[in-house]
Amino acid sequence: MDNTLLTSYLLIVPLFGALFLIFFPKKSDTAVKYFGLLISLVTFLVSLNLYLEFDQTSSEFQLVDKFMWIENLNISYFVGVDGISMLLVLLTTFLTPLTLFSTWGSIKHKVKEFTFFMLILEVGMLGVFVSLDLFLFYIFWEAMLIPMYFIIGIWGGKRRIYASVKFFIYTMAGSLLMLVAIIWLAVYASEPLGVFTTNLLELYKVGPTVPQTIQNYMFLAFALSFAIKVPLFPLHTWLPDAHVEAPTAGSVILAGVLLKMGTYGLLRFCLPLFPQASINFAPLFSILAVVGIIYGALVAMVQTDMKKLVAYSSVSHLGFVVLGIFALTTESMQGAVIQMVNHGLSTGALFLLVGFIYERTHTREIADYGGIAKIVPVYSAALLIASLSSIGLPGLNGFVGEFLILLGSFKSQVLNSWVYTIFAASGVIFAAVYMLWMYQRVVFGEVKHDRLHSLKDMTASEIAIIIPIFIFIVWIGVYPSTFLGLTESASEAIVKQVLSFSTNVIK
Amino acid sequence: MSEYQIIVFSLFTLFAPLVGFLVTIFWGKKFKSMYLFEVAVITLVLLASIAVMVVKLGYLTDTKIVSEFAWISLGNLPVLGEFNLTLGIMIDNITVIMMFVVSLISTLVHYYSIAYMKGDKRYNRYFAYLGIFTFSMMGIVLTHNILMMYIFWELVGLSSYLLIGFWYEKKSASDAGKKAFIVNRIGDVGMFAGIMMLFITYHTFTFDTIFENISNGILPFNSDFWLTITGLLLFCGAIGKSAQFPLHVWLPDAMEGPTPVSALIHAATMVAAGVYLVARIFVMLTGDALLIIAVVGALSALIPATIALTQNDIKKVLAYSTISQLGYMILALGVGSFVYGFFHLITHAFFKAGLFLGSGSVIHSMHHEQDIQKMGALRKKMPITYVTFVLFSIAIAGVPLTSGFLSKDGILAGTYAFGLLTGQWIFAIVGFLVAMMTAFYMFRLVILTFHGEPRDPHKFEHAHESPLLMTIPLIILASLSVFVFYTANPVDAEGGWFLSKWVKTPETVVPQSARYSFMVSDAETITHQEKVVHSISYSEALHHAHMPAIFLSLFLAGLGILTAFLFYQWKKLNADKLVANIKPLYNFSYNKWYIDELYEATFLAFTMGLSNLLAWFDQKIVDGIVNGTATVTRFFSRFIGGFDTIVVDGLVNLFAYMSGMLGLILRKLQLGKVQAYIVLVIFSLVILVFLFTNLQL
Repeated sequence: MDNTLLTSYLLIVPLFGALFLIFFPKKSDTAVKYFGLLISLVTFLVSLNLYLEFDQTSSEFQLVDKFMWIENLNISYFVGVDGISMLLVLLTTFLTPLTLFSTWGSIKHKVKEFTFFMLILEVGMLGVFVSLDLFLFYIFWEAMLIPMYFIIGIWGGKRRIYASVKFFIYTMAGSLLMLVAIIWLAVYASEPLGVFTTNLLELYKVGPTVPQTIQNYMFLAFALSFAIKVPLFPLHTWLPDAHVEAPTAGSVILAGVLLKMGTYGLLRFCLPLFPQASINFAPLFSILAVVGIIYGALVAMVQTDMKKLVAYSSVSHLGFVVLGIFALTTESMQGAVIQMVNHGLSTGALFLLVGFIYERTHTREIADYGGIAKIVPVYSAALLIASLSSIGLPGLNGFVGEFLILLGSFKSQVLNSWVYTIFAASGVIFAAVYMLWMYQRVVFGEVKHDRLHSLKDMTASEIAIIIPIFIFIVWIGVYPSTFLGLTESASEAIVKQVLSFSTNVIK
Repeated sequence: MSEYQIIVFSLFTLFAPLVGFLVTIFWGKKFKSMYLFEVAVITLVLLASIAVMVVKLGYLTDTKIVSEFAWISLGNLPVLGEFNLTLGIMIDNITVIMMFVVSLISTLVHYYSIAYMKGDKRYNRYFAYLGIFTFSMMGIVLTHNILMMYIFWELVGLSSYLLIGFWYEKKSASDAGKKAFIVNRIGDVGMFAGIMMLFITYHTFTFDTIFENISNGILPFNSDFWLTITGLLLFCGAIGKSAQFPLHVWLPDAMEGPTPVSALIHAATMVAAGVYLVARIFVMLTGDALLIIAVVGALSALIPATIALTQNDIKKVLAYSTISQLGYMILALGVGSFVYGFFHLITHAFFKAGLFLGSGSVIHSMHHEQDIQKMGALRKKMPITYVTFVLFSIAIAGVPLTSGFLSKDGILAGTYAFGLLTGQWIFAIVGFLVAMMTAFYMFRLVILTFHGEPRDPHKFEHAHESPLLMTIPLIILASLSVFVFYTANPVDAEGGWFLSKWVKTPETVVPQSARYSFMVSDAETITHQEKVVHSISYSEALHHAHMPAIFLSLFLAGLGILTAFLFYQWKKLNADKLVANIKPLYNFSYNKWYIDELYEATFLAFTMGLSNLLAWFDQKIVDGIVNGTATVTRFFSRFIGGFDTIVVDGLVNLFAYMSGMLGLILRKLQLGKVQAYIVLVIFSLVILVFLFTNLQL
């Protein structure tokens, strides 16, 4: 294991970029903007390079860097990627520059601070995806809350303080139990391993040997923290508030990447560390996931605020991901990972589009629109594509994920019932209902309000932001193999790890 | 032309319309005449599909051409084995016939629309949408596996959504588009479940492999019952797309779309996709499944026919008629009459497309008037439209020498034979009843529109025959509604090339125990002119059924037409009086059996109510608990805070206070006189010494 530092550059570049930004003079907003974009683009290039170096056939963690950090506690700085984290890293580095670019027009005060927080946020998110040491992971996991807290709290809407405090405390509260569980596990593991360590790969070996009852508690301690982040029904109520109050960039990153950390945590930590408990709780989590799918869709249906509608649709979509994870089949796992990316792209696009029009009209109420198809045709077409992607129309990305998840859950031995699939599939109908209904009320019909006549269509830069997302929406929809190939062996390894301990549970 | 070339040509017919769509949608804004590109593309597609059809039917009649390539490959999976999804096309006779029908009607509709849509704001976009529709429809026709079919199935739904809501300024239009999409999705979820059942059993989506496995006795959960369920789940997709009862409600509303679109999508091709699906999976449908399919078909034939009797909107009559005729096709497949079900799909595609284009011609010349009560006498003004319209009407009514007669008669004979074999006559009764109603409502439509006196003189004044671009497609379709294209014998299609050489009933792969009793025995299966017939008893029954069916259907069709003339042309019978006498029945039919209202009052109200309830629940209860926890915590903190200030800090302060007090008291001792201090010290010393000595003891 050589330290190539390739993975570490992912963290180093935005971190140093952010630190360097501090020394920019006060009135240099333009320079700050360009610099922030440049840094995030460089980070994207770094991740592309990582992707090229990555060996897709292996399920091992690759390109790892490991340095001893806190010698007394045997905690090391230990990062690396497998197929799943690789894909999520790419999603993060892809969305960040687009998001930063999208704020050029909308964020007018404290640009330097904003860019700083965005870059720090990127460090935190990437850190979560590449950490292979529980302690390091926990630090990134918590550290990421801070920039998000400020992004919502400073640049947010009217109730931003309430939303940001709620977001912070809610997610923080969940994490504390996880910290306890991490420490307990490391202490427990020090006996068989002969040394105290938070090295994830070492703990993978020990986790499954933890006695069943204790394992259950450990699993729940981890899972609670992740479930809040996902968010899994009924722990989701921080999400609509955070989304509605966050500035567009915050919503995009929140939906696009932050929520994925919850599901990523489930499949990276909960499942392989506590396989028996995972199987134990799989039905419970799947039920919550299915409830979330339908519940989120139904609640989305009657929202009057576009952002809130999209936020609740996230609850529904993430339900699919959780179902895919706990169905514990390779297809559903693959589907869950690709669905994370899909949701990042389509919901990201939806938030961007809602943001674009909000900047023009300063309202997100569906009732304030109507008939804008004639006035802003390009925007209407873009909104249609994003909506259809969210609905899961075949040929676009959403379908591939939902298809694999439903297929996997249908034949899952762990769940061993179709009831999950049947109810989850009904979510597909509701998705069409709430998205098309919103689309109809916003875009179709006669122009309802006179001031809409002066609405401007998408600008060149807005189109430039949305097009890259659409390219991937179509790419995944038409030729998903590019992405599925990346995550294949890693998903398979996780499912295998879990099921290999399952013989005594499933019979 | 080799097989390879056939594949290349077929792929061309699939992807060229996609290119047409992309080019027209992206450059349509810039170049006003971009639509011509789409029209040119679709014309080429038609030529290609004619070439493919001629070669395939003429020289490769009995070959099935398959070509595939990998799409999703997940490699070797535990439990599941290889997981590879292939994209592939399969070309058999049914495929090429469908390709021809789709591309021909699509082409005619393209040309027709050039005139019909003239002056529309979104002219180019309209043609682009037609392009993506043709692409998706070709996909359904060509694919060799059920998953790809599902994908194109949904894409067809999308193009239908876009085209129904094309005039989105009208709320009714955008409502209708949304309704079509959602209702179709309901059926599609069932189909999706069926596809998953197939996949977990057979690990493939390819039709042929699945059928092969079934014939080898591999069944879902090893039971006939689950094979039935799987078949019915797949059929759910057809219920949605082919607008079968109870999901038929979207089709009449879909008439909000431009009329050429109604002709192409909602009469001839897309709605036929459901029938095409059933035909594709026909061999794996068990007897029980077929019986239920027949019931659905019969209900869908009957209910809309009774509704069509009283409608006054020219397109609505045709829409209900379409559902009814699709019901016929489904019914035919359900009673095992595969060839006639498919045959009717083809003949109906031509004459129903013709009827819609004809109605479009009328609507066009009447300045978007669709109410037949305001028409009349139009035959004088629009002779070509009139003549072709009558031709289409006698075809759908089942008058001899037309294609419709051949196919409908075959279906009726099939239901009759089914009655002979099983004793279940209900399908035959419904079939004949619907035949009579069809004849009646079609001629009611013809007479009210084209005969008699103009009832809206003003609009009549301005009416005129449509331009050639619109009438030539009508003429082409009308000529295709004549029997000669299908058989030389005008009363029986059985011996014609269409049914004896091209389209044959495929052999069922369902286990013996699960077939219809008349499909059972292998020993009885005979091969007659290379045509696989179910069994001797079935072919005998068909033979017996043929003559009675012809006479009965002729009689009933004649009766229907005659009644229409008696009521509306010669006015021997008074329609209004009759209506007054049977008011409740009339209202029931006129209001479409109140099915929309029923759905609105139940499913829609339930869903919306539940949504509102859950939204309230989410805000007040779920979030309430969160906020409540926060409030309790804050209250608790305040309490602790209070405790802290009052008790904890109070104690501290109390100590301080008491120390202060003590200080005040002790201060009194500090007198400032040396003598007093000395006394104090000595006194203290004495006490200390005393204490020490005592302690020592």
